[in-house]
Amino acid sequence: MNSPKKLIVSHAPFWHIGSAVPERNYNTFIAALPAALVGISIYGTPALAVMCLSVASAIGWEYLLTVASRRPNTVGDGHAAVIGLIFGMLLPAAVPWWLVLTGTFVAVIIGKQIFGGIGANPFSPPVLAYAILSVAWRAHFDFDAQLINIDVDFAPFYPLLAAKAFGAQAVADISLGDLLVGRQIGGAGSTSGLALLIGGIYLVARGYVRWEIPLAFIVSLMFTATLFHVANPAAYASPLFHLFTGFTLIGAFFLATDDSASPVNTIPMLIYGAVGGIMTMLIRNIGATPDGVIFAVLLINLMNPLVDKIRPKAIGKVA
Amino acid sequence: MLSKPFFGYAKPRFQYEILSAALPQPKAIAMPDAMTVLLPRAMGPQPSATLKAGTRVKTGQRLTWDDHPAPAVVATVTGTIRSVTPHLGDYGRNYTAIAIAPESRDEWDDQFGEACKQIDRQALIDFLTGAPGAPPLEKLADPKKPVQTIVIYGGDTDLLVDTNLYVLKSQTATVNQGIRALKEIAAVEKIVLAVPRESFQNFDGHFEADVLAVSNAYPFGQPLMLFYQLFGKVLDQGQAFEDHGVMFMRAEAVAAIGKAVADARVPIEKILTVLDKQGRKHFVSARIGTPIGAILKAVGITLNDRDRLVFGGPMTGTAVYSEEQPIQPDTDAIMVQDSSRIILTSDYPCINCGECVRICPSKMAVNLLIRFLEASQYQEGADLYDLYSCVECGLCSFVCVSRIPILQYIKLAKFELARAVPAEEENE
Repeated sequence: MNSPKKLIVSHAPFWHIGSAVPERNYNTFIAALPAALVGISIYGTPALAVMCLSVASAIGWEYLLTVASRRPNTVGDGHAAVIGLIFGMLLPAAVPWWLVLTGTFVAVIIGKQIFGGIGANPFSPPVLAYAILSVAWRAHFDFDAQLINIDVDFAPFYPLLAAKAFGAQAVADISLGDLLVGRQIGGAGSTSGLALLIGGIYLVARGYVRWEIPLAFIVSLMFTATLFHVANPAAYASPLFHLFTGFTLIGAFFLATDDSASPVNTIPMLIYGAVGGIMTMLIRNIGATPDGVIFAVLLINLMNPLVDKIRPKAIGKVA
Repeated sequence: MLSKPFFGYAKPRFQYEILSAALPQPKAIAMPDAMTVLLPRAMGPQPSATLKAGTRVKTGQRLTWDDHPAPAVVATVTGTIRSVTPHLGDYGRNYTAIAIAPESRDEWDDQFGEACKQIDRQALIDFLTGAPGAPPLEKLADPKKPVQTIVIYGGDTDLLVDTNLYVLKSQTATVNQGIRALKEIAAVEKIVLAVPRESFQNFDGHFEADVLAVSNAYPFGQPLMLFYQLFGKVLDQGQAFEDHGVMFMRAEAVAAIGKAVADARVPIEKILTVLDKQGRKHFVSARIGTPIGAILKAVGITLNDRDRLVFGGPMTGTAVYSEEQPIQPDTDAIMVQDSSRIILTSDYPCINCGECVRICPSKMAVNLLIRFLEASQYQEGADLYDLYSCVECGLCSFVCVSRIPILQYIKLAKFELARAVPAEEENE
């Protein structure tokens, strides 16, 4: 019963919805671009250089590792490019080139590949890289330091540091409009709340990111900030200020939602996001660093396997 | 085929087909040059006295390898045996393929007619296990596992397939005769007829069975899902439906039993839904044993290299490797896919996006289960991550972003675990 025609034989199902890993990553890349472009328009060439080097070197590290470990080349899936872009958007625009190279090495190799590559990373790679580097070279992560090279026509200081050091009064003059369009000191591509919101909503609408994590993150962050603000309006800035400064929005939509480091069930996603928001505000208001998003995301990444155990019973299971 | 919409937030939902009121007439397939029936046993060890090239067989004749009564297959055509060859089926099942060169006129064998004069359970088992719809009647014979309930599903288990709902709607009286035969001859206490909710009004009260409505959403017609819906249980490791005193039967199988008892002849015609490359649907009626090629020719489908030919529907069917394979009693549908529309599975790792978890009708942690199954840790998968809650609907593979063949891993795991249990029992 052999046919002269060579038919494709495979296992059911014979339909597929058509989604794919590269499509998912390229869409994340596209969603991050508006914020990156706003960053370039504000900080100019240094921001462009940092982000380009970051994307290129992340891809380079991924390629080198797959060659060295004799694994299939996975550069084409776009994950390394996304890691590079997000990491570049977090960095101050004026960081030296070697810091970018080291950062993407940490993100791609230590954050992702040594755990087994895509899907196996326990932490969001750019967050892990930023955390390690910001502890190792604290001076280079001082956002105010880049003002030596760059002239700006808006409040020339890092708002979160000012709020932490001098209280809510120091940042009372910063208008919400400036924060929305990115006219504030911060990461090279993470200052424009509006651009990040557009990208984030795009990801949610297309189904690449679930709404639970960003929403829980933002709501709990604003709730916690409100509590602080109400308790002591002089010391703690308003919730809207915290929503649009620092890494809040890039954290909610791009960092906390890393596929393999975040939960998949609904209730765990809500808890995960909520803890992230609360921890961010605790670190910002009573912790040691001006912005808490990075360490809050690391913490919830760590919590992910545990919290994702809260899941519905499979059918037919009693215990 | 359903593809991901641009705004992909909502998860895909599928409904089973609902036949329109005007039932189409199935197209009859002309007698091909060769018919092949599959005897469900391996060849040998002794050569067979009757099953050899040159033997003449009659339509409806019961063929066995040797003097042992079972297993057997009923010839669906009158003609001369051309060849007898071994045939390997899915999951390592062995068959003996009996190719018959048909004659132009049918000459009916009267063994079953004789048996019908005083029909008993054994006669049903002997002659009708290979009838259209493949009623698993042999399971009625096991005294250790008595069947108390027969569940007849009046719809189809897979998407786009209409065969059983068509039979139920067009042959209602025959199905009812079959139900009566099962009650009287096979002495089964309880017969449940589950029908899609949308057709419930049409059927309630028309059958000598308890008619129940089930959801028309996929995969509520899958036997495992139906079993859970009706009995609140799943099949645990090493269990079959018989262990719970339950047997599942297609509507077409019940109709075949009814027809056999009424006509005193073994039914040999099978209704099939044929889905062509453009997704159009054709109804055909063909004898069991007709090669697929003859059916494709009759409905005007041309097959090219790298196309895919499937027995069954898009979610749970079985791909076949040759258009010369014969129609089997349980082949409800034939699906043909053009090579340009085939999306292949990949060996990419799971990225933990959670699409499978959210679509799983069994609420399983598919993302965690698949990590164990990929590492061949089947028992761990069963113990920790609910392998046996799976109803084998294939929705997880359908939505998988990494295109992992999740359903294949699950079926493989169940197959390997089922294989390990008898081996352990033997060693004790």
